[in-house]
Formats: sequence, C-alpha cells, structure tokens
Amino acid sequence: MVLATRAFECANDTPGDAGYDDRLAAFEARVARGDKVEPGDWMPHDYRQQLIRLIHVHANSEICGALPEGCWIPHAPSFKRKLALCAKVQDEVGHAQLLYRAAETLGKSREEMLEELINGKAKYSNVFHYHAKTWADVCVIAWLIDAAAIVNQTMMADGSYGPYSRALKRICYEEAFHLTHGYDMCISLATGSKIQRDLLQDALNRWWEPIMMFHGPSDKESKHTEMLMRWRIKLMTNDEQRQTFLKKYLPKIFNLGLTLSDPNLRFDDVTKEWHYTEPDWKRFVEVVRGNGPASALRVATRRLAHEEGAWVRRALAAAETKRDIPLPAGAN
Amino acid sequence: MPDSQWRVFEVFHQQARGEPHVHVGSVHAPDGETALLLAKEQYGRRQACVNLWVVPAEAITATTYDDADIFEHGTDKSYREAFGYETTKRARSIGDTKEI
Repeated sequence: MVLATRAFECANDTPGDAGYDDRLAAFEARVARGDKVEPGDWMPHDYRQQLIRLIHVHANSEICGALPEGCWIPHAPSFKRKLALCAKVQDEVGHAQLLYRAAETLGKSREEMLEELINGKAKYSNVFHYHAKTWADVCVIAWLIDAAAIVNQTMMADGSYGPYSRALKRICYEEAFHLTHGYDMCISLATGSKIQRDLLQDALNRWWEPIMMFHGPSDKESKHTEMLMRWRIKLMTNDEQRQTFLKKYLPKIFNLGLTLSDPNLRFDDVTKEWHYTEPDWKRFVEVVRGNGPASALRVATRRLAHEEGAWVRRALAAAETKRDIPLPAGAN
Repeated sequence: MPDSQWRVFEVFHQQARGEPHVHVGSVHAPDGETALLLAKEQYGRRQACVNLWVVPAEAITATTYDDADIFEHGTDKSYREAFGYETTKRARSIGDTKEI
C-alpha cells in the first residue's frame, strides 16, 4: 500500500535501462487504449519531463495572463465590466494553483516553479509578453486569446495524464464565461461609435501576430510533436489547433466588420483550410525567452506581488503553532 | 524564500445535502482551517456547494494500480448479480406477466 498522492520517481524509466523496452511497450499500449496515467504509475522519464515542462509553462501563463488584465480593473468602463473582469482575473490565478498542483504530482515542487518564474528562468505564453495598451486590448485578449486557449485546453483535457486532464476540465468550465464575456465586450465596441470601432480594429491589428503565434511553432519546426502525440500528451499538432481556431473565429471577426492586413489570408475551398503568412518564429522564440515588450514588467510585477505577500504567508504559517485570537464570551 | 511549500490537503466537495463528498483536487496549507479557506476559493467558486472536507494527503492510504487484479474475480460470480438470471422468461412461462 502507498500514500495516494505523493510525487513518485520510477525506476528504469530511461532508454537503455533494464526492462525499459518492455515497460515502454506496455505503457504505450495503455495510453493508446485511452487509459489515464496516474502519479504512481510507471512512466518514461521523458513523459514526466515533457509534462512538467508543459504544465509549468501553462501555470505560469495563467499567472502572467492575469497581470495585463488586472491593470485594467480600476479603468473598466462600467461596474458590470469591472465585476466580470475581477472574476476572470481571480479565475486565472486559481487556474495557476490547480496547474502547479498537477505538475507537483510529477515531482517538481510548487516553490521551485514559482521561484523559476520570478527569476525569469521559466517560460510563459508569448501573448502575455505584450502590453495591454487600451480597453480594446482587454476585449481582444478576453475573446480571441481565451478562444485560442480553449482550443488548446479542450484538446489537452482529453490527454493521457490524469491529474492534468482533471484540472483542465475544471478550467475549461470556467473559461467558457471568459470567452462569452470577451465576445460580448467586442460586440459592444464593434457596434459602438466610430472611436470604439477604431479602438477595436487598432487592438486587433497589434494582437493578430501574437495570436497567430499562440499555438506554437509550425509543425515543420516543432521538435517534440511526434512524441507528445504518441504519448497522448497532445492530441492535435500546433498547426491543427491554429486551423481549428481560424475556422471558427475568422468568420466571427469579419462579421464584426473588422479586417486583417495579412495579404495571404484566404480560405481554400479544396483543402477546406485557411492559408496565412507564416509568423516570424525567430521573433516568437525571442519573445518567449523574455525579450518581448512587457517581459521585464511581467516578471518584476510577479516578484513584487510575491515579496509583498510574504507577511501573509508568514502569518498563516505562524497560526499553525500559535492561536491567540480573542473569542467572544460563550464561543466554543 | 521557501515559505509557501506547505502540506498538501486533499479536497472533497459536496454539491447538496445527501449527495456523496467527491474528491475534486488539493491545496497547500499550513493547517486544516486555512486549507478550508483556500479550498473554498479554489473549488467552491462555481457550481453548488454545501459542504467541504479537507484531509491531509499523508493520511490517505491507497492500493496501487499494479495490484488492481485484487478486485478481479477468480471465478464466475454472476450468480450474485441480477443479470445472472433469466427469471423473467421463466416467470412468463408460469403465467406471471407483471414486472418481477
């Protein structure tokens, strides 16, 4: 018998180890059947490492995604929008907590992951390396970036690792509100005054390239895709996710009266796919390495929040040993 | 500064009185009361909830998936299932046409 939720290391999990090939064959057969892998199960070392990497980046992205939106809470144009934005930001931070826990079941501690984010060592989604300059940016982020994220997360929720899959199901449920609210905000601007429509078009112009990069490098450049698909960590390639996103959302974008400046953007009636200009993947790599316009600000804000919250964590930890909260007479 | 790597508490959520408590995830907390507070934020934000349990993860002892065969039956035990019987057919043959 074992502890139910401890993070496990497993033996002989690297190519060349005794019995590795047999274990790998059994593991791959199980995964191919659609079985979920749980923390105590034997898994290849690379499966564990790839999942830690992906979930860690995902969790960091939830934290960093809350930052550009959080800045706009004091400036929301109405009380209703302010309430919704508060709820969305709270959701994103909550998602990070769920995801750090999922990654921990693979053997990397939350402390370590939080430290790596603050030290600028860990990556997060390319789209949060940019500034949200206007309220329309908040609308475009909430609609199209959440839409792109839902394509990715719905697919990942059917993946083979149990704890990640369960966290994603909960996350997708909450994201449904983000998407609806984001579309609602964009409709408001698109059907508003000329100033509002121009503001939305300007935001879309600036965000389109980062959005096109969101699902990651083209399949031609992506290193890990074959292995990730075989182990059902991913169920769609980056380009397939991008197509799914474009097919659903480009018609909606055009329906709002918005335009996109990519001269190669057209729907192919034969292949039933969108053609587009391949984003600058060298630039993408630069941005996710921490050289985007807002990269330094994001990490600095996160570090400040962590440091300024230290007293709360100390107080909670002290409460474990010391309880001298005065209770009213008759309590207990 | 490593000051938030607290113990793990498993969280169980009950949607309505009379329903079972269902495991929904876990939180880090220094103690049970703080774990409840964090669990409420993390797992009680959406959907109905009338009650939460938090249990220190180290208090849970579990079987392993490798031993899942201990739940399998060595022999055919369909005699202890309703589907193991063709009694409807037999009841009809003796004139009982009602639900059995």
